[in-house]
Order: sequence, then structure tokens, then C-alpha cells
Amino acid sequence: MTAASHSLPAPLFTAVVAHNWKLAIAVAVVVSAISIAVLPAALSFWVVGVTATLVAAAFTVNAYRRHYFGALLVAPAIAVLFVMNIFPLLWSLGLSFFAYQANQQTIRFIGLGNYARILTNDLAANATWSALINTAMFVVFTVSAQMIVGFLLAILFSKQFPLRKYLLILVLTPMMLSVVASGVFFTYYYDPTFGILSYVINSIAGDQFILMSTKVGAVTGIVFADAWMWSPFVMLLVLAGLVSVPKYLYEAAAIDRVSRWRQFWMITFPYIRGLLMLALLFRTIEAFKLADLVILLTKGGNDTLTISYHLIRIANEQNKTSEGAAISYLMLFMVIVLTNLYLYLANRRTLGA
Amino acid sequence: MAESIWGKLGLRRASGVDKAGWGRTLGVAVVAFIYFLPVLFIIFTAFKPQGDALLVPPTLSPTSLFGLIPDHFVFTPTLENFGSVFSRSMTPGGAPEATGFDRYFFNSIFIASVSVLLALAIGTLAAFGFSRYPLKGNDTYLFIILTTRMLPAIVVIIPVILMFRVVGLSGSYFGIIMLYTAFNLAFTIWMMKSFFDELSPDVEDAARIDGSSGIRVFFKIALPQVIAGLAATFVFGLILTWNEFLFALLLSGPDTRTVPVAMNQAVSSGGRGTDWTLLAAIETLFLIPVFLVTFFLQDHLLRGVTFGTVKR
Repeated sequence: MTAASHSLPAPLFTAVVAHNWKLAIAVAVVVSAISIAVLPAALSFWVVGVTATLVAAAFTVNAYRRHYFGALLVAPAIAVLFVMNIFPLLWSLGLSFFAYQANQQTIRFIGLGNYARILTNDLAANATWSALINTAMFVVFTVSAQMIVGFLLAILFSKQFPLRKYLLILVLTPMMLSVVASGVFFTYYYDPTFGILSYVINSIAGDQFILMSTKVGAVTGIVFADAWMWSPFVMLLVLAGLVSVPKYLYEAAAIDRVSRWRQFWMITFPYIRGLLMLALLFRTIEAFKLADLVILLTKGGNDTLTISYHLIRIANEQNKTSEGAAISYLMLFMVIVLTNLYLYLANRRTLGA
Repeated sequence: MAESIWGKLGLRRASGVDKAGWGRTLGVAVVAFIYFLPVLFIIFTAFKPQGDALLVPPTLSPTSLFGLIPDHFVFTPTLENFGSVFSRSMTPGGAPEATGFDRYFFNSIFIASVSVLLALAIGTLAAFGFSRYPLKGNDTYLFIILTTRMLPAIVVIIPVILMFRVVGLSGSYFGIIMLYTAFNLAFTIWMMKSFFDELSPDVEDAARIDGSSGIRVFFKIALPQVIAGLAATFVFGLILTWNEFLFALLLSGPDTRTVPVAMNQAVSSGGRGTDWTLLAAIETLFLIPVFLVTFFLQDHLLRGVTFGTVKR
């Protein structure tokens, strides 16, 4: 395979052959530049699209002729991700250095101005900072609640017992509900007049009970709803780890009279560590993006504004597009630091063990 | 060698799993029932007569369970809410009109299944590539792919809206399907790569030495060993895409609207406050397909996740 990959000589720059990707890029750049300058936007987009396809085709033929199977297999995924995700991301990164509003035509370069504004503007009541602090709080509470509840549920289901399959699907259902429906129904459960929770507490305490009237109550309500919906995700991953531990390890441990606690750390934990990591990683990323439940349950009231909801307000409701982009890159930076910290800690543990 | 891997993971006839009796069933049933209660309440609300939704105390059960439940907690079940999902009068006292929900259900099923399957096809190829033919800077590529999932949808959506408007893709099936495909790719690639990493390369190498082409090795040897992984990834992708709201809200047109968007409009339109029984009926109907798929792929789900991520 390696021998074959170097056997094909690089074509001359001017040679019109299917795998001459350098010529294809040159032609594409020239044609695209001309069409953007001359043709209207809607038409030139397609011209650029066609030339990009040409370049991609040249790359593909080149990779095929040289037996770069890796590049060939990865190419379609990279292409889709580039057009639908990476290109828009780069565009919004660019936008974050401009003063731009989606409902206006003007655009002006202001460098780091947006970043400076969102971090320092009216320090007394800066929404970005308080939203960041709230988000950190929600990440800690929701993720730890999900990990604990998910873990306990997984332990419940870790043995084979009659009707297990049917009980498991009941626990998985909250994850399948639409956030719109479950969020709206949680407003009903928490409602001071009609809600079940208030009804139960009122009839016990005899006092009007309003959960969402304080910050502690509102946060508890949101964390509870979020943990209820997404604990099954953690459960599924942990459960998969638990059922994969070979039985003979426990039998050997029982013969050696190893304590339950030690059995867990020496045998069970190594099997579920990777899965716990995956669950933690994906749940943390999602918790950073928490917005829909906050919108439905408190509309950001009682100081429960999260960074993601703040972003939706700024970018969508106030049309401050470029300021929103700046906030989101601030967020991305924090998520990357956090996920890398997780991965670093996980790898260090693996090496140490 | 597939045999020995399954054996090593302790998965043959669940040999790693202890047996427990009906006592455990009873205990877990109590917990599972409490966990399921909020969903059950939504499903019951779908069967309540319209006026019953906001009664205080709330009605909780369609039957009195032979007198166990006091009468004021019992409602008379009705199917009229399910009818009004598809056709109801939009103005007070008006004649019933079609709501177009049959179309929205079709859209949701079509868009979700096509985009998840497409992501599965493209992502599995890429995952095989990342696993078997590492490129220079392989881990960097993988991390960049994960990064696409880290930003909130609203950040990606602004440029995408502008791009779709310029190209004329907004409100089309093609646009929303491609967007969802990209949305699912990161998860698919990370998950499928870990499945391929677990496979023993010996069989594939042997096949290559015998003269099988790369394509043949992929389809005949690697792919059949990760069927469980495909099922698990399909279910996770389906659940996420099925309920996606923000992209659908901002990018689907009247013809391509999905159920979550239509549900949001249906329950909050008209300024009469939330129509609880209608919302519950839509959600109950909407839950059925994804519930059935999860139920039937459940065995694969557990086995698949295990096989994919446990490093041994």
C-alpha cells in the first residue's frame, strides 16, 4: 500500500489530467473571483459551488489513483461538515470582529470591540457576566444530578430480572419527549394555582406554595426538569459498561474475600470509566447550551439567565448579530478548555493506573 | 476473532450479568413507575375532555381501579383530542378545518430518517477511514469535528440562514436534511470510530493478503461486526433529530415544517393560553414512532454501546 502511494509521479502544473488538483484550485480561484465580481450573488454562489466540486473531484481522483484510502473515506463527511458547519462557524468568527446587525446593511470592522464590550460594558449590571456565572452553576448542578441519578438507575438495572426490558424502556422515555412538550408540561406541574406540586404541598402545609418565585426554587425547578430528561442518557452508557464486566472477575474477588467497596473500584470502575467520561463530555457540552428549558420555565426571570439564552436574545431578538457571535466564541473557548481538562484528567488516570 | 472479542467482553448470552428474581422486578418497577409518572400524566391528559385539563385538584386516572382512587381524581377518557390534532375549528364556533398535521408528521418522519441514515452512511465511512488509515493530524481532525457540536445552534444558524436565502434552499427538504446530516455527523463519527477501533485487525489483514479490495474488506468483514453499533448510533441520532426545534423553527418552510415547530404554534396560537389537551395529544402521537424504534432496537442499544466504548 505504501509502495503504491508514491509510484505515481506528480503531474505538470499545466497538464489537464483528472488528478491535477493544483491546476483545479488555480482555475477555481480565478473563475470564482470573476463570477463574484461580475455575476449577482445568487448565481455566483452556484458558480463557486461548481468550481469547489471540481476541486473536490480532482482531490478524489488524485487520492484514488495514489491509494490514499483514508482521505477518500473521510472526504464526504468533511465536505458536508465544511459546508453546513465549519464554513458558517468561520463566517461567524469573522463577523465577531465587525459591527454588524442582521437587519441593517452596514458593516464596519471594529477588531476586538465586540469582545471588549460584552466583557466590560456597564460593569454594575453586566448581563454577560451574570449569565456566565449562572451557566457555570447550571452545568455543575445539572451534570452532577444527571451523573448521580443515571448511575443509580444503571445499578438498579444491572442485573437480569423478569420484565427488565419493559421497565427499562419506561425509564428511557423522558429522553424521547420533545423539549417543547415536556418543558411546557413542567410549567404546569410547577404552576402555583393548577399544578400538581403546589396542590400536594398546599394540602400538606396549608400555605400557598410558589416554586418559581425565588431564585433557589427556580434553579431547583430547572435542574430537576433537565436532570429528569437526560439522566436516562447517562444511565444507558453506564449500564452498558456494567453489563460488560465479566462475571468471573467477581467470582475470583469473592473467593479472595475482597470487600464490596474494593470490588467496585478494582473491577467495576475500570469498565465504566471510559463510558462515564463520554457521558460527562457530551452532557457538559449540552449543559453549556441550556436555553430551551429556561425560556419555557422562567423566561430568564429570577436571575436564571444562561449564556445561551442571553445569546439568543442578543443575536435573534435584538439583532446584534456580531455581538452574539463574539459571545458564542467566548463560550466555545470555555467549553474547549473544559473538555480538554476532562480528557487530560481521564488520560492521566489511565496512565497512572 | 469476533467470537473471542464478544467472549472477552462477557457478552455471550449475558454471561456477565447476574440473575435476580421477581423481588428485584417489583423494586425496580416502583422506581421506574415514579420516573415515568410525568410522561404518564401527559399521555393521560391526551385522553381528557377539553375542560378537564386545568381542574383543581387535577384528575389523575381514567379508571377508579375498582374504587381505589377517589372519584374526583377520575376522568372519563375520550379520543376527541386526537381527532382535533388533524382537524379542528380554528375560530370559536367555526367549521372544522384540516390542520395539516398529517403533512407535519410525514415531514418529521421523512426528514429525521433520511438525515440520520445519510449521516450514518457518510459517518461510518469516515469513521472507518479515521480508524484504519490515520491521516496526518488525525486527532486534530476528530477534535475539530467534535467542536462543531459545541457551539449553540443559534451561532451556526445566522450564517446558514443567510447562505440558504442566497441559494434559495430555505424551506426546502434538501437544505434541512443536509443541515441535520451535518448536525448528526460529529456524534456518528465519534461513536462509529470507537466501534471500529475495537475490532481485531487480524481478519481484515488476512483478507487483504488474500487479495480482497479495500471496499470488499469494509463491506464484507468490518461492517457486519458493527451492526449493533450502527443500531445504537441510529437510535441516539434519531432521538436527537426527532425533537430538534431551533433549526426547524428558523429554516423549515410551510411545506417542510416538522412536528415540534407545528406543535409549538398549535398550542400557543389564538391567545387563549396553552391548549393542554391538544399539546398532550400531539406529543403522545409524536412519541409513538421513536418509542417503537427504541424498543425494537433496545437489545442492540446496550450491546452496541458496550462494544463500542469499552477499551480492553
